[in-house]
Amino acid sequence: MLQTWVVVTVAGAYLALLFAIAYYGDRRADSGRSLISNGSIYALSLAVYATSWTFYGSVGRAATTGVGFLPIYLGPTLMAALGWYGLRKIIRISRRNRITSLADFVSARYGKSTLLGGLVTVVAVVGIVPYIALQLKAVSNTFTILRRYPEIAAPAELDQVPVLHDTGLYVALVMAAFTIVFGTRHLDATERHEGMVAAIAFESVVKLVAFLAVGFFVTFGLFDGFGDLFAQAAADPDVAPLFTLTPEVGYGSWMWLTVLSMLAVVLLPRQWQIAVVENVDERHLIRAMWLFPLYLLAINIFVLPIAFGGVLRFSGSEVDADTFVLALPMTEQQQALALFVFIGGLSAATGMIIVETIALSTMVSNSLVMPLLLRRGSPRLRRGDLGRLVLGVRRVTIVAVLLLGYGYFRGAGEGPALVSLGLVSFAAVAQFAPALIGGLFWKRGTRDGAVAGLLAGFAIWTYTLLLPTLAESGRLPRGFLTDGPFGIALLRPHELFGLAGLDEISHAMLWSMLVNLGAYVMASLARQPGPVEHGQAALFVDGTEGLGEGVPLWRGSATIADLEGLLQRFLGPSGARQAVLAQARERGLDRPPAQADADFIHHVETLLAGAVGAASARVMIASVVKEEPLGLGEVLEILDEASAVRAYSRELERKSQELETATGELRAANERLQELDRLKDDFVTTVTHELRTPLTSIRSFSEILLDNADLGTDERARYLRIIVEETERLTRLINQVLDLSKLESGRAEWHVTEVDIADVVGDSVAETVALFRERGARLAVHVPQDLPPVAADRDRIVQVMLNLLSNAAKFCHPQHGRVEVAVRRQDSVLRVDVRDNGSGIAPEDQQAIFEKFRQGGDVLTSRPRGTGLGLPISQEIVDHLGGRLWVESSPGEGTTFSFTLRRSDTLRPPAAPVDHGAARDTEHR
Amino acid sequence: MNESDRRARLVALAALGFLLVNYPLLALFDVADRVLGVPVLWAYLLLAWASIIALVALISRRPG
Repeated sequence: MLQTWVVVTVAGAYLALLFAIAYYGDRRADSGRSLISNGSIYALSLAVYATSWTFYGSVGRAATTGVGFLPIYLGPTLMAALGWYGLRKIIRISRRNRITSLADFVSARYGKSTLLGGLVTVVAVVGIVPYIALQLKAVSNTFTILRRYPEIAAPAELDQVPVLHDTGLYVALVMAAFTIVFGTRHLDATERHEGMVAAIAFESVVKLVAFLAVGFFVTFGLFDGFGDLFAQAAADPDVAPLFTLTPEVGYGSWMWLTVLSMLAVVLLPRQWQIAVVENVDERHLIRAMWLFPLYLLAINIFVLPIAFGGVLRFSGSEVDADTFVLALPMTEQQQALALFVFIGGLSAATGMIIVETIALSTMVSNSLVMPLLLRRGSPRLRRGDLGRLVLGVRRVTIVAVLLLGYGYFRGAGEGPALVSLGLVSFAAVAQFAPALIGGLFWKRGTRDGAVAGLLAGFAIWTYTLLLPTLAESGRLPRGFLTDGPFGIALLRPHELFGLAGLDEISHAMLWSMLVNLGAYVMASLARQPGPVEHGQAALFVDGTEGLGEGVPLWRGSATIADLEGLLQRFLGPSGARQAVLAQARERGLDRPPAQADADFIHHVETLLAGAVGAASARVMIASVVKEEPLGLGEVLEILDEASAVRAYSRELERKSQELETATGELRAANERLQELDRLKDDFVTTVTHELRTPLTSIRSFSEILLDNADLGTDERARYLRIIVEETERLTRLINQVLDLSKLESGRAEWHVTEVDIADVVGDSVAETVALFRERGARLAVHVPQDLPPVAADRDRIVQVMLNLLSNAAKFCHPQHGRVEVAVRRQDSVLRVDVRDNGSGIAPEDQQAIFEKFRQGGDVLTSRPRGTGLGLPISQEIVDHLGGRLWVESSPGEGTTFSFTLRRSDTLRPPAAPVDHGAARDTEHR
Repeated sequence: MNESDRRARLVALAALGFLLVNYPLLALFDVADRVLGVPVLWAYLLLAWASIIALVALISRRPG
C-alpha cells in the first residue's frame, strides 16, 4: 500500500485537514468563540518546538551519543519554570506596546531603533534558514525512503533526487500557500492567527501519537519490553558504550546544550510567535509551564529504545540513524504504521515551517522592509494603502524564506545530520540573549551596546558555524576547515585562536557569547543613552503596571485629520474612524477634537506599531506630527513624574489598606474599652455597695452603744460581737477584691508544683470540719488510693477547696445537711466533686453565680452569707491552672461543684509561673 | 502562597533543576549499569525531569 500515489494522497489529505482546521479556527475567532483560548491548547501549540529534529533527528543523535539528545528538551523544562518570571514580563510588555515580533521587541526596547530591528531580522532569517532546510530535508528523505518500500534506501542514494522530483520543494510550496492563506489573511494590530494556532496544536497531537506508536511497536513488538531491549543492547559491543554519556559527550558540551536550548525555546522566532504574540491570556502560562515540558518528556521516552532497537536491527547495513523511526516499521512490513510515521514527521516539519515563516515574515516586513521604504520612500508610498503593501511584503517574504531554506538544503544541508543543522540555528538565535535579557533587567543597556553585541556575536557565529557547514558540503574549500583561511592555523573556524578540545557548538557558543556579551556591556557603558532610549529602557525594565500604554516621551502636535489619514492606510476608512472615535470617547468627548494632544498621538502610534512595528510607526508618526524635540532633562522629568505618580499611587494604596486595618483594630479596641469601662463602673458600684452594708451596720451599732450608756452587759457584748463580725467581713471582702484584681491583671504570684490532691482535700476538710459541725451537717470524703499528682499551686487549690466546702456548708439542707467530696481520675486530669443536698440552683442562675457579687440563695430575705467573690476567684484560679470549674444542679436536688486539674505526669512540666502571668497579662489587654 | 513567593519558588526550582541535570550530579549516574533492566543514566534523567515537572505543577497551581 506504499505506492507513491497512496503516500501523496494521504499526505495531501492530511494537509487539507490542516487547512480545514485552520479555517474553522479562524471562523470561530471571527465569531468571538475562540477555539484556542485555554492553557492546554497553548501548551500544545508551544510544542511546535518539537520538529523533525525531535521526530527523526533525536533518534539519529541517540544512536551515536546515547542520552546526548536530551539537553535540548531539559532546557525548555527549566525555562518553563522561569516562565512566570521572565516570559510573563515579555508578554505584558508586548501587549502593552503592541509588539508583534522579537525584532520589534528589541528595537522598541532600544529607543525604537530601526537599525537594531533590521539587524535582528537579518540574523533571524540567516540563522533560521538551516533550520528550515532541516525540515525540508527530513520530509524529502523520508518520502524518498517510503517510496522505495520494501527496500530501505541508504543515505548516499537520497542525495540524487532531481529537483523536480524532490518532495522538499513541493512541501515548501504547499507550506508557503498555507502560511500565506492563514498567516497573512488580513492586517491586524495584534498579529494573532487563531486558525493557524489551532492547526499547530492539532499537529502537535498527531506527531506525539505517531512517535509513541513507533515507540510501542519497537519496544513491545520488536522486543519484549524495555528490559529485553536494554538487555540485548547491553550485550552488543556497538550499543553498550551508549549507556553512558562519556566519553562521547563531555559534561561541558552537555551544559552548553542545556543553556542553548533554554535560550532557544524563547528566542526562536516561532517560539516567540506562539508564546508571546499568539498568547491569548497570560494565565494560560500556568498550565503550559508544566504541560509543555510534560509533552516533551512524553515524546522523548522512546527515543533511546528506538535508537538502540535500530542499531541492533540494522547493524552492518547502511541505514541512516536519522531515519530509524521510519525504517524500523518498514523493515517489519508494518506499512500502515510506516505511513502514519511519515504523516507524524510531516506534521512536525510543517508545524515548524508554518510558524517560523509567519514570524519571519512579520519581522521582515515590519522591521526591515517598511522602515526602509518609509524612510527613503517616494511620496506615492506616503499615501496609498500601506496595509496591502505590508501584506504583500509578507507574502513575498514567506516564499523567499522557504526557497532560501530549500536552496540551503540542496546546497549544503545534505551532508550533516539533522541535529547538527538545528544546533547551528539555535546558536544563531542565542545571539539575541544578551540584548534581550539585558534589555529586560538592565536599564543602562543601550542601542549601541545591543548593536555591537549582536554584530560581534553574529560574526563569530557565521565564522565558526555557518561557513564550516558550507565547507563540509564542498561549497568552500575543505582547507578552510583543516588549515584555516589562507593557511592561517590560528583562525581555524573550529579551533579559533587555538582553542581546541571543544565540540563545535560549545566552541562557537563560548566565543560568540564572550564577544557578544562583552561588546554589549562595553558599548552600553561607553556612551549615555539618548532620551527616547532612556524612556523605553525605563518602561521595559520597571515593568508596565500603572502606566497605561506607556508615556509619550516627546511633545508635539498634529491634527486629528492627519492621524486619521495615517490610520486609514492600515485599517481602512471605517476602521480608522472607529479607532479615533473610541479614543475620543475614552476621554469623555462626543467627537474627536480638531487638534490631537501628545496622549492621542501616542495612542495612534501604538495602534500603528501593532500593524507595522514600533520603528516604522515612529517614522510614520513623525511624518505628520510637528515634533518639538525633548532634551534628556525633560524626558527624565516626564519619566520621574510618571514613576513618582506610580510610586505615590502604590504608596497610597498601601497606606489606605493599612489605615483600613488600623481603623478596624481601633474600633474593636474602642468597643472593648467601653465594655471594660462599663464593667469597671459596675464593679465599683457593687464594691461600694458591698462595703457600705457592713459599714452601715458597724456604724449603727456603734451609735447605739455610744448613745445608750446604760445598756446591759449582755446587750453590749452582743452588739460588739456584731461589730467585730462585720469588721471581719469587711476585711475579708477587701482581701478578696484585692486578690481577684491581682488574679485578673496577672500580677498574682504562682508557685506551680506537683501537688498531691488527697493531701489538699485532707487539709481543707480538716479546716472546715468545725464549720460543718456547727451546722450539724455530715461530711463524707471519697479519695482513692494512689492518685497521681497534679500540676497546681497548692495554696490556691486549698483556697478553692475551702471556698467550695464553705459554700456547701452554707447551702446544704438546714436540718439533714450532707456534703460529699469525691476525687476521681479522668484521662489526663483529676476531677474533684463537692456535692451538697441543699435546695439547688435554678438553671437560669447557674451562670450568674460565677459573676462577681452574685450570690445564690434568696438575697431579699436573708443577710448575705458570703462576699460573692469566692466563686469568681475559684474559677479564675482553676482556669489559670488549665482546668475547668463548673456547676451541675437542679432545684430541690442539691448542687455539685466540680473542677478538674491537669495531671503533672501526663504533661510536660508547666511553664514558669512568671510566664503564665505574662501570658495572661497580654490576653487581657 | 502569594505571588512573589510563587515566583521565587519557581526560580529556585529552575536552579535546582539545572543542578540536577548537570555536572557533577549527572556524573554520579553516568555509569554503564542497568537498574530494573534499564540504563541508570536514562532512568535518572527521566526521573529528575518528571520530578521537576511535578513540582512546577504543584507550585504553579492556583490557590483554591
